[in-house]
Amino acid sequence: MLIQYLVRLRIPIVFFIGFLSLSIQAAEVTKEQIKGLDEQVQDIKKDVLALTSELTRLEEKLLFPSNTQVSLFVSLSGDDDFVLDSMQIKLDNKVIAQHLYTFKEIEALRSGGVQRIYTGNIKTGDHALVASFIGRAKSGDAYQRSENFTVSKVVGPKFVEIQITGSSASDQKVTFKDW
Amino acid sequence: MLYRSITLLSALFCSLSVFAASGLKDVALRDLYFGEVLYYAYQGLHFDALARLDVELTQYYELDESELDSFHHHLGHAEFSTGDLELQYRMSQRAGRAIQAVLGSGVDLATRNQAALALARVFYKKNDAQNTLYALQLIREEPSQLHYQEKYSLEVLRGREPEFFKTDVAYLKALAQIDVGQFSAAVTSLDILRDEQNLKGYVLYNLGIALIQSGHEQQGLVVLDELGGMTFSDTGLLALKDKTNLKLAYRYMDADDAIRAQTYFERVRLDGPYSNRALLGAGWVAVSQGRYDRALVPWSILHERAETNYSVQEVLMAVPYAYGKLKAHGKAANLYDHAMDVFAEEIGSLDDSIKTIRQGQFLAALLDEEADKDDNWVVNLRDLPDAPETRYILELMASHDFQQSYKNYQDLAGLRHHLDRWLADLSVYEEMIDIRRAYQQPLLPVVEEQFKKLDTRIRLRLEQRDKLANKLKNMLISPRPEYLATSSERQALNTIVSLEGVIATQPQAVDAESISRVKRLRGVLLWRIRTEYDQRLTDAYNNLASLDVIIKELKQRYNSFIRTRQAATQSYEGYTIPIRQYRTRLFAVQRKLKGVMAKQGRLLETMAINELDRRRKYLEDYQIKARFALAESYDRATKSQLDEEIEKQRQKHEAQKKAESEGFVDQPGNDGSLDKNNQTRPDVVPVDSVSQLSKASLQNR
Repeated sequence: MLIQYLVRLRIPIVFFIGFLSLSIQAAEVTKEQIKGLDEQVQDIKKDVLALTSELTRLEEKLLFPSNTQVSLFVSLSGDDDFVLDSMQIKLDNKVIAQHLYTFKEIEALRSGGVQRIYTGNIKTGDHALVASFIGRAKSGDAYQRSENFTVSKVVGPKFVEIQITGSSASDQKVTFKDW
Repeated sequence: MLYRSITLLSALFCSLSVFAASGLKDVALRDLYFGEVLYYAYQGLHFDALARLDVELTQYYELDESELDSFHHHLGHAEFSTGDLELQYRMSQRAGRAIQAVLGSGVDLATRNQAALALARVFYKKNDAQNTLYALQLIREEPSQLHYQEKYSLEVLRGREPEFFKTDVAYLKALAQIDVGQFSAAVTSLDILRDEQNLKGYVLYNLGIALIQSGHEQQGLVVLDELGGMTFSDTGLLALKDKTNLKLAYRYMDADDAIRAQTYFERVRLDGPYSNRALLGAGWVAVSQGRYDRALVPWSILHERAETNYSVQEVLMAVPYAYGKLKAHGKAANLYDHAMDVFAEEIGSLDDSIKTIRQGQFLAALLDEEADKDDNWVVNLRDLPDAPETRYILELMASHDFQQSYKNYQDLAGLRHHLDRWLADLSVYEEMIDIRRAYQQPLLPVVEEQFKKLDTRIRLRLEQRDKLANKLKNMLISPRPEYLATSSERQALNTIVSLEGVIATQPQAVDAESISRVKRLRGVLLWRIRTEYDQRLTDAYNNLASLDVIIKELKQRYNSFIRTRQAATQSYEGYTIPIRQYRTRLFAVQRKLKGVMAKQGRLLETMAINELDRRRKYLEDYQIKARFALAESYDRATKSQLDEEIEKQRQKHEAQKKAESEGFVDQPGNDGSLDKNNQTRPDVVPVDSVSQLSKASLQNR
């Protein structure tokens, strides 16, 4: 029926069949298509990474000028039996950061990664820092510790590492390292 | 067929590095920001890790004395990790260039070797086996393995033992050799790794295949048989063992060795991912021996399983076929009828799934956080409302092409989120800058005026201090006691000098005693000044030191004020144009991203629809076969009833003839019913064709 109609319209049947097969081809996914798109995705990743790098620096310059900047980092070392649940940081008697840890984050800390828990601005001089954590041993026993430290802010940016260390889960303590 | 599966195993090799355990425990961290990069890298947040690493490296290279920066200690790690992270973030183009740069920058042998291995992996991921082998050839013997523990790779930082390096190189080389068809060389490479516990199973599988491909089929089959008989506890290796046994079984089935085929089918676990195909194959082995009743044992188990599975759908046709062969035509007809219902239902489900995908719900489900909460995302996807039927596209979803496209789509969604966030942040920054300008611009001139006054006073005092310091310094060379006279002494001395003037000009007006007293006073005064000179000089130096402490504090406050004043100005000046430019660039990338994401999404949808459509056509084909087979089963059931009737008629006829011959006459019977029946019988497809088609489709997979 369709063929008769095409003949009546004088459309070459060969051309029509060719068109049909083309449209079927278009629906197929080829390796070249996948590869081509992958390359385009990689280009976009490159562009976004470059932009993110520049914007992060702009953000830091705008929000945390070096003369007032203070950054606090958390690291974890010692007994693998200890599971860190949460951290709370107080600066000048104000809670400035709280964090609940996921399994992946704890593993990253255990592997040697360092978490930047807070970046902010403070004026030059001495500031009271209190770092507290809640954690537990794999047996289920919960532990809580808190330590004080004086952050002496001078003109340049200030970095303080809050280290959670201990030879056993019950022995975990907070120490500070002034960078 | 065996050869095709190598890709899956090599993909596993490429991902091995990701799961390398342990950590940076023995490496002293010298820069907190590098520690932060590792924190994100270890969580698999490669974009965040790369972005932070990029910031740190850019800042480092902009420093005048970069070697004084703490990041300098990790520069080697950082440069190498960039390539490593880019590779894991599927940026193989850039990672390859970064690693090649490390190779060409005159680094030590340990670093060079690791860079060459990383580069080889990049090439292997790009399916470029020839260049993989070329990159591996760049690896040279490192005399001290300690270097591998200390330097430059996230894998090493994660605690990978140095001996794995050689194993990884040898295994990758073997895989690449298989890809380029150098099977004999691959056999040699893999033979060395046979006892490697870390790659247990995978080495044997690839060795078996390489042996078969190199023409040593018998040896290859022996190796695969060894793997098929091994005991494992790891689920991945158990699946590999099942796969090997299944492939061996089909190989022997093709070679008409039913007994061996049966042995290998029986080795496949009943609860493993290959159990359906094993049960199906075991049935066909029994059929090939003419044991239809035995074929029904595995097939009946399979018949009860999920109806979306290829093997189960095939067995829906195979079970009634076996019953047909056992002359249970009624049972066969019922089962064909059931199969048709199942096929119709599944076709309906597939149509719904295709419709759902076309409505965009598949892509939405792919990006759902619930689906992506763990590695089991395909199963999670199935539980989401409105998600299409993923059971039909499990194999597609596990394929490298789909995984790559899916990961790309997910990455693009992540990047879109980043761009949106930055665009929103830029608006906030602009508002913040306006507020700062409005607050600080009117204040600054007043502050500046006061500062100028204070600045003049400070400069004056500083000059005075410098003069005093100079005087004291000179007094060390040429002592000047009078400089250290107190103000009362200086006043007294001035009075004595004026009295001496009076004595000199009017001597008659002054008596001798007064003259003597003036002289004595001068003597006393000078005596005191000169004898106390050393102490006074020491005191002066101490006072200058005290002054310096105050001046130091003054200078600090002065500098702090200068910085604050500068920061106040910089907090709103010089951002307008950069922010505008960033926004333009963000919009441009966002437009580009939207276009590519739409294409990537369409590609995923097309892949899924094509697969579902293929399965639909497959089911339609079965439906047609089932329809004909059903008709034939009914026909055969009717025929057997007719045959029984004819037999009865025949016996009756013979009895009549016998009676006639003995003198009895009866009316002739209507025996044309069979012919009539034969004429109206439909032109059915013989049931045997179901068996042939099923077997062919099984072997094609």
